[in-house]
Amino acid sequence: MTTDTPRQLTLRILRSSPSEGMAPHWQDFRVEEAEGMTLFIALNEVRDTLDPSLQFDFVCRAGICGSCGMLIDGRPGLACRSLTRDLGPLITLAPLPVFALIGDLSVDTGSWMRGTAERLETWIHSQAEPDLTAVETPMAPELAEAIYELDRCIECGCCVAGCGTQRMREDFVGAVGLNKIARFRLDPRDERSDADYYELIGDDAGVFGCMSLLGCHDVCPKGLPLQTQIAFLRRKMVAAGLK
Amino acid sequence: MRILYTDVLVIGGGLAGLRAAVGARRRGHDVVILSLVPAKRSHSAAAQGGMQASLGNTAKGQGDNEDVHFEDTVRGSDWGCDQAVARLFVHAAPQAVRELAAWGVPWNRVRAGEREVVMDGRRVTLSERPEAHGLIAARDFGGTKKWRTCYVSDGTGHAMLYAVSDKAVAEGIPVHERMEAIALIHEGGRCHGAIVRNLVTGELVAYVAKATCIATGGFGRIYRVTSNAVINEGIGAAIALETGAACLGNMEAVQFHPTTIFPAGILVTEGCRGDGGLLKDAAGHRFMPDYEPEKKELASRDVVSRRMEEHIRAGHGVNSRFGEHLWLDITLLGAAHIDSRLREVKEICRHFLGIDPARDFIPVRPAQHYSMGGIRTDARGEAYGLAGLFACGEAACWDLHGFNRLGGNSVAETVVAGMIVGENIADFVESSAGELQVSTALVREFLAAEQAKLDTLLQGNGNESATEIRRRMQDIMTDKVGIFRRGDLLAEAVDELQALLQRSRRIGVATRRPGSNPELVAAYRVQKMLKLALCVAYGALQRTESRGAHYREDHPRRDDANWLKRTLASWSDPFQTLPTLAYEALDVRHMELPPGWRGYGARDAIEHPATALRAAEIAAIREAFGHAERFTVQQALMPYEHLVPVRFRGRNERLGDAS
Repeated sequence: MTTDTPRQLTLRILRSSPSEGMAPHWQDFRVEEAEGMTLFIALNEVRDTLDPSLQFDFVCRAGICGSCGMLIDGRPGLACRSLTRDLGPLITLAPLPVFALIGDLSVDTGSWMRGTAERLETWIHSQAEPDLTAVETPMAPELAEAIYELDRCIECGCCVAGCGTQRMREDFVGAVGLNKIARFRLDPRDERSDADYYELIGDDAGVFGCMSLLGCHDVCPKGLPLQTQIAFLRRKMVAAGLK
Repeated sequence: MRILYTDVLVIGGGLAGLRAAVGARRRGHDVVILSLVPAKRSHSAAAQGGMQASLGNTAKGQGDNEDVHFEDTVRGSDWGCDQAVARLFVHAAPQAVRELAAWGVPWNRVRAGEREVVMDGRRVTLSERPEAHGLIAARDFGGTKKWRTCYVSDGTGHAMLYAVSDKAVAEGIPVHERMEAIALIHEGGRCHGAIVRNLVTGELVAYVAKATCIATGGFGRIYRVTSNAVINEGIGAAIALETGAACLGNMEAVQFHPTTIFPAGILVTEGCRGDGGLLKDAAGHRFMPDYEPEKKELASRDVVSRRMEEHIRAGHGVNSRFGEHLWLDITLLGAAHIDSRLREVKEICRHFLGIDPARDFIPVRPAQHYSMGGIRTDARGEAYGLAGLFACGEAACWDLHGFNRLGGNSVAETVVAGMIVGENIADFVESSAGELQVSTALVREFLAAEQAKLDTLLQGNGNESATEIRRRMQDIMTDKVGIFRRGDLLAEAVDELQALLQRSRRIGVATRRPGSNPELVAAYRVQKMLKLALCVAYGALQRTESRGAHYREDHPRRDDANWLKRTLASWSDPFQTLPTLAYEALDVRHMELPPGWRGYGARDAIEHPATALRAAEIAAIREAFGHAERFTVQQALMPYEHLVPVRFRGRNERLGDAS
């Protein structure tokens, strides 16, 4: 979108610095919009030219790594791939809720996700040591693709931040956790059974806690099929629980 | 003074570091990983297209083996690589892929029967063998004789990183996130760990370890236009350089990837061309066949990038308000292919360009992409000059890639090097050399020195701006140390970078708060990055030849007679403003594949006097062995098996040769 006079954007950012005991407050920064400007570019411009202390997290800046989840006009999303031209002249930015706040737009998703990985044991459980020189075990091409579909989660935390249940239950595993179980459940290389998965998510902190508000599904930047996966898992876990 | 003790300290939570950590942990050693970011956010995740391993499952991969992969890799490197390391790598790569399969990577699989693919601009039908059904598939990539690149759609690095990262969690390996190693603790040629800054609290902590492994990736962010993540600032390589004991190899060998979206520099995978995508100019003309009739779009990256820039210089670029670019056309692959095999590319095009690559051409131009150079190590991964320091992955130069890396060989290298170096680290820790002998006084000294440097930035009266210095450095590197290099411009770059380095000693930081402080981080990092930039620029100035990605317009020929050698850069005096360069010869007499034409690019190399002799010797060996199996002949030409850790020594089985 080319206009003769570029827009003047206001980034209204929720500032905070817990280490200094600074209370959260809004602060406005003015930047001139440029063609193809993303929030990655705009925020770096603010830090480079207006306030070098501003905290935020970017890594890949290409929508792949999941570092830059934040509330963009109140909605969880990836800042790096949000084009300013899709937003109004006043853009509010706040850190993702739920996760421990580091400062400004930076939150600690890492500890939360590591905790989820440990709790749900998000790795292939197999007794056999692979024979590395032997021809690999075949897998149906469609199955490999179906696993990848669920493996695309980038742990950005948007689903957790957009979750209603999470606000009421701090120990809820969230869509990210449920999707991981769905992923490993689909994978024949993982020897766990539904009874094992029931132990992990067969309660109100797991799949039965979900109130089906499905904010997760709406905000997932990767477009993961969270709605169907959660419904499917719930059915399977009911069956496992009744056994 | 806080000191943490561990057997093995791994700096960097990407694929190489994670895999090395898992290896050492499985041998029973305590391992701690430090990472700037949560491990799964590492730049390994951005590897899209795939990893090379000679499984030979697909129709176009049939007949592939270690020998073919080896030759492709050496030719790709423009004979700059260490051939024994290349052998070690191609041997272990199939094992790495199969291990990852067992750890959960959903590799794309072969579907038996006929399928339509696009090759050289035309639709052709391939037929996959029924017995290969369900085995790991591969796609075509540049500079290879066979289709060898194993992949998971175009999210290969992501799938690999998540599998290995979760494996590290399964092994109970702690990852200390948002921790940055800012100096190595060392004395008398022995490394004892690192001084580490907590990026959240600002606290300095000493990590003392029997063995330290740097796996911090590349340093693309010394350039303005790069595909690299913002964390790829090369600090791991820089702290090794700053010991004055370790050295960096071939820093001038910097790869530019042909297809990054213009102008943002975000990568779109080589898989686009591997799967049949074409490069076109302003007139819509497919120009690569004009320059490279043999390999066309699928010559090696250095060659394709150079041809693109050459074509733009000849006036065929597409004009835009940001400058000139070319087109990548994948519309001929069709929406179904793009939706299943190139979905990250599709997302990137949609979100950053607002286009649909199934209908629209993608604006592309080459950008800095990969650092072939890095911490110089031996084939075991141990650093020159500093016992107990190891390095692997892009941060290292054990020298798999020489002066140009093949696409698909880097994400493969991360896990292969991690497997191998992880074992070697464990061996070291178990040996008498691995005993921890370090005084707390030494640790205190190093902590104090680092604290003093930070205090100077925070409380000194410097008035230079880190942001401004970094921007200037990035401009110099992109404008004067890029794809085309020239002596006069390189000399200017070296002068200007030296002046910047001096200015960087007077940086002032306005934000004085104790905790998270991005301004302070930018300040101490740019001081280190400038040293790397000087290693690159000065090394490039001295190397008066063209080899792989290092192209000198004033010295356009590869000069084996004078330059078949590796640059070693060191920085022993913190106040010097130029690295000290030394050179290490590559010995033609021991090469399995003596220098020759790559099969693409220029054919005018200046021959090394020993090349003809070695070629004759090899011909005689081959003659003498007659019909002996390929392993026996290879062994006679260039033994490498002693470099393979015992657990990875078996021969790789393939479909058709299994009994």
